[in-house]
Amino acid sequence: MSEATLAWRQFRLERRMFWRNPSAAFFNFVLPLIFLVLFGAIFSGDRKNLDIVIPGIAGMNVMATTFSALAMNLTFLREEGVLKRIRGTPLSGGAYLSGIFGNVIVNATVQVAIVVVAGKLFFGLPWPREWVALVVFLYVGVACLASLGVAFSHLIPNFDAAPAYVNIVYLPSIFIGGVFFDPAHVHSKILSDIAEVIPLSHVVAGLRGAMVSGQGVGHHVGDLAVVLAWTALGVTFAVRGFSWGKSD
Amino acid sequence: MKGIDFEVARGEVFGLLGPNGAGKTTTVEILEGYRARSSGEVSVLGFDPGRRARELRERVGIVLQSCGIYRHITVREAVAHWAAMYPHPREVEEVIAIAGLQEKRSAKTRELSGGQLRRLDLALALVGDPELIFLDEPTTGFDPAARRAAWETVRALRDLGKTVLLTTHYLDEAQELADRVAIIKDGRILVSGAPRELGVGSQTHVRVAWREADGTQHEREVDDPTALLNELTGEALARGERVRELTVTRPSLEDVYLELTSGPAERESVGV
Repeated sequence: MSEATLAWRQFRLERRMFWRNPSAAFFNFVLPLIFLVLFGAIFSGDRKNLDIVIPGIAGMNVMATTFSALAMNLTFLREEGVLKRIRGTPLSGGAYLSGIFGNVIVNATVQVAIVVVAGKLFFGLPWPREWVALVVFLYVGVACLASLGVAFSHLIPNFDAAPAYVNIVYLPSIFIGGVFFDPAHVHSKILSDIAEVIPLSHVVAGLRGAMVSGQGVGHHVGDLAVVLAWTALGVTFAVRGFSWGKSD
Repeated sequence: MKGIDFEVARGEVFGLLGPNGAGKTTTVEILEGYRARSSGEVSVLGFDPGRRARELRERVGIVLQSCGIYRHITVREAVAHWAAMYPHPREVEEVIAIAGLQEKRSAKTRELSGGQLRRLDLALALVGDPELIFLDEPTTGFDPAARRAAWETVRALRDLGKTVLLTTHYLDEAQELADRVAIIKDGRILVSGAPRELGVGSQTHVRVAWREADGTQHEREVDDPTALLNELTGEALARGERVRELTVTRPSLEDVYLELTSGPAERESVGV
């Protein structure tokens, strides 16, 4: 079978397994809705803050479905020996990773779609004015954070430690990255400096521009450049020395 | 590993036998392409496994010692997914039947018992119709009935002309299944050959035991029992008696194994 067919089969298997694991499906689809409802209630009628937090939640979801999900899942599969078993088959690493990337691409797309639709229907946001920028920042963000998730999984010693390792990156990222507030209004120089460096703040900035202020990609070239730089780094470390087993 | 050398012929069942930590798994993992060797030459079906050629992986089936599987798919889905990775897979249902998992074909893998999971391991290794099958301790943790069933499967593989390399620390398993075995310890091969032949090496003897008319038990180890047996039976016939409880035993693989793999200290402590 061709590489593309094998990747497609792996993708379909990943989708099937995703839906059969109720906690994963919940985490992916219900949690963002809960966040939307909560923040919608907190900032009810507060146009300025809703414009901040709703695209922010879209960015947060991109990170949760890619970085966190892949770092956790790969650690689990590595520890269980599933990756080692796959390594012994003719399935290539490229086809396998394409399959699992396809899976997180679908999850991230569905989540951002939920936020966009809910933003329009319930929170008074317009339909995104810059679809191109939305698509660009969504998928560049997915590529960046997914590859960083794969790379990061190599640092996690075992599955018991995985939630701690993932959250020590994820939780500070969503706060410093300006998911819940306008990064321009942060009074800590250190935090705003960190926000300049980490990828999530730039993904959120691009999504916010596309969803709220109608800013195209041209408005966020700097953001795009930072995210692409992290993507290059993530891909390098994800692919080079990809570890299939504990003892590798 | 301290340098081992062996060849497995096509269609042969070859057993690597040794205590835990002897280097069995390291050896097969080098052959399977999981580990890089530090030196030496390895050829598996004409390929260097370290280069991980896809064509080699299409012709090899691997049963690892402990290896997980996706938890949320059924037995049938797992076997079918694996089948699609190979150019000439066997029938999915047929493989499920060989592994004895027909009744579990619709069960999720996380619902399977330990023994059933091992049989699924076997099914996934066989579904690509490999020429060469690696079985790393295939029956560890099996109950006796499951072991017998697994042995039947290995014999069936040999009958199909497959080459099997199995590691085990069960002597009876090596004796039952392997055409040839190599006993390995501390990264070295101590002895190799057909299980039958290993018992009659130069340093081993035939043990003759019998009971005298007065009830005393005798036991003697000799290189060649012919003379002793002639003497015993001749005397008994002359007296019109029977030689009671006469046994003539060649050392089993187990004796050879214990002799070879126990250090001097252990030998003393068991009073050998």
